[in-house]
Amino acid sequence: MAKVKLAESKINKIKEICANFGNLPGEAINVLHKVQGEFGYLPAEVQEVVAHELNVSVAHIYGIVTFYSFFTMLPKGEHPISVCTGTACYVRGAEKVLDEFKRELKIAVGETTADGKFSISCLRCVGACGLAPVVLIGEKVYGRVTPDGVKDILNEYRNA
Amino acid sequence: MINITIDNKPLQVEKGITILKAARAAGVEIPTLCYYELDGIILENRPGGCRICVVEVEGRRNLAPACATEVMEGMKINTHSLRVVNARRTVLEMILSDHPADCLICPKSGNCELQDLAQRLGVREIPYQGEQSTYRKDTSRAIIRDIDKCVMCRRCETVCNVWQTVGALSAVNRGFEAVVAPAFEQDLEKSPCTYCGQCIMACPVGALSEVDNTRQVITAISNPKKTVIVQTAPAVRVALGEEFGYEPGTIVTGKMAAALRKIGFDYVFDTDFAADLTIMEEGTELLTRISKFMAGDKNVKLPILTSCCPGWVNFFETNYPDMLDVPSTAKSPQQMFGAVAKNYWADKLGIKREDMVVVSIMPCVAKKFECSRDEFKENGNPDVDFALTTRELAELIRQFNIDFESLEEADFDKPLGESTGAAVIFGATGGVIEAATRTAYEIFTKKSLPKIDFEELRGLEGVRKATVDFDGTPIHIGIAHGLANARKLLDEVRTGKSNFHAIEVMACPGGCIGGAGQPFHHGDFSIIEKRFAAIYREDAGKAIRKSHENPFITALYKDWLVEPCGEISHHLLHTHYFDKSKHIEVEG
Ligand code: SF4
Ligand code: SF4
Ligand code: SF4
Ligand code: FES
Ligand code: FES
Repeated sequence: MAKVKLAESKINKIKEICANFGNLPGEAINVLHKVQGEFGYLPAEVQEVVAHELNVSVAHIYGIVTFYSFFTMLPKGEHPISVCTGTACYVRGAEKVLDEFKRELKIAVGETTADGKFSISCLRCVGACGLAPVVLIGEKVYGRVTPDGVKDILNEYRNA
Repeated sequence: MINITIDNKPLQVEKGITILKAARAAGVEIPTLCYYELDGIILENRPGGCRICVVEVEGRRNLAPACATEVMEGMKINTHSLRVVNARRTVLEMILSDHPADCLICPKSGNCELQDLAQRLGVREIPYQGEQSTYRKDTSRAIIRDIDKCVMCRRCETVCNVWQTVGALSAVNRGFEAVVAPAFEQDLEKSPCTYCGQCIMACPVGALSEVDNTRQVITAISNPKKTVIVQTAPAVRVALGEEFGYEPGTIVTGKMAAALRKIGFDYVFDTDFAADLTIMEEGTELLTRISKFMAGDKNVKLPILTSCCPGWVNFFETNYPDMLDVPSTAKSPQQMFGAVAKNYWADKLGIKREDMVVVSIMPCVAKKFECSRDEFKENGNPDVDFALTTRELAELIRQFNIDFESLEEADFDKPLGESTGAAVIFGATGGVIEAATRTAYEIFTKKSLPKIDFEELRGLEGVRKATVDFDGTPIHIGIAHGLANARKLLDEVRTGKSNFHAIEVMACPGGCIGGAGQPFHHGDFSIIEKRFAAIYREDAGKAIRKSHENPFITALYKDWLVEPCGEISHHLLHTHYFDKSKHIEVEG
């Protein structure tokens, strides 16, 4: 007998979300979306509870989570970095900026640093093309970012 | 009915069927890969994804997948036009470009549908050179997943989800990274897999295969210090012949025994003997529970569930941990045989159990897992050392260059090789409960059976229910093959809605005759039907057809066991079950 441990409040929250969708297996994507909205990510234990509530296999839920790129199994960092890779930003060198973040933090897109401070993800056009290339850290917008400026931006958070 | 033409042949076909089915009915073979059907149990995998089955439909711009396109009035179909042949070959070349070319040492070689396609379509080189996906090999105690060979047909997933409702596998990730895997891409041993192996049976390629134990068996036979004993399960004798060109349903019991002796086993015994023993133990357990129930004992657990299928045992340990006291505690015939061999027979021979090697020939993949369970070992020495599949036995026979056809029929050795017709039918769905009924009836009523054949318990429907009259006492019996069907009966038991006295469950289609260790049937259900008929023919031809009349069983009780469900039986022939579920618990 293996055990899956989760705080009661979390279990109840997941159950509530599943119930709101009628515990229907066909609603799995919507349920996962809501659950991720609640917890920020979808760790294995959470997927187990969702599978149990919707009466489908855990493998099936995991299949969905890994199929859609907007689901993540890793917690976002304290300061989530989002690099816009929309057309305007891309043309203006977003790729190089992204590479610099990855190099500085030694993590890949979709990962979180070991100390939990930073995570990197990519975004489609955030509607600030005039400022391209654009980077978001949390809610804060940085425009015209250059690879050279990456270190300075990170330093704002590193010692905070 | 509607009118269509296939390859210029005008045909009348049923409305709503697919082009593939219409063509097959008309004798036109369209190659397929991802499509898989077992019509006898209404199982279909039809993702329409591989596009090997494309055909040209006049008036349509694109080629259509025959397995997923319905026929329509007036349709003109060309299954092998130049365009089709070219497209099909390109599709195949693309699939092959991401497939390892190690057919030489692949477990599926000779039985692989992809290999067949490459031959049939005349592929001699692969023009597309791309990156090949690689994935770690996952080796469990019974099944090997070598996902580099996977063609993403998802046939395994469908069998596991629909026929078994186990849900161990799912397609995960996307694009180039896509694989079929257990949740969180963990190993099979950490999934709810039952080791039934039906995914191996369904897999067109070598991505899924059973663990091969033939080397170890040869090593044991070569060791002069070891006494090597073999036992053969009932379903093997009606299928082994297929590996040597015999018609499905040919009974090859005698040749099989002769081949085993030639290979060099010291004693050629029969699991059927242990099946008779199982009936004595399980039948007694059933009658005890029924008598207690009739005497007003409210705590007695009814229905009793059969426990001889290890796939099924794994399933209820994972899915019904609240009901572990419901199944019979009787070990499976394989394990009863092992216990008798290593305790009683080793003693008779005057050898230590460590110097005896028990090999079983099984139609089953789950038996490999079963014999590795800790509770079936004594000081680390297993009651059954190795379980080989029917296919592995065929491989051994070929390796030893035995001309199967010219073999003289031989008998099993005594005493553990004598059995009755009741034991033979263990190989088919409904057979265990019929065998138990034959014995329980006579013990319960103290009368001789008016008719040995219980037609009402036979058949291939997924769930069957029947009531047998025990001389005025109606006994309600349920039968299921396939774990999805078992689940239906089990859920009724759980909610107290079930009025059965006994339920038999087998994990595989048709019971063990359709086991995953049998020769590959590639979705041809008529093969299972023919094995099914053969099992009952073998039973009908037996001189003794009731387990309790097997003189060697009676002698074993007299000589050693004393009585069914007695002291020795309790220790050696019965087992217990474990909660293998995953519990979601509150953190504390
Ligand atoms: S062995 Fe049976 S239970 Fe396990 S993955 Fe294969 S089909 Fe599913
Ligand atoms: S493992 Fe076999 S059956 Fe399963 S998807 Fe891959 S090729 Fe198909
Ligand atoms: S039905 Fe027979 S072959 Fe299939 S898992 Fe059970 S015991 Fe093995
Ligand atoms: S493309 Fe980056 S903000 Fe529009
Ligand atoms: S067999 Fe028809 S698409 Fe694969």
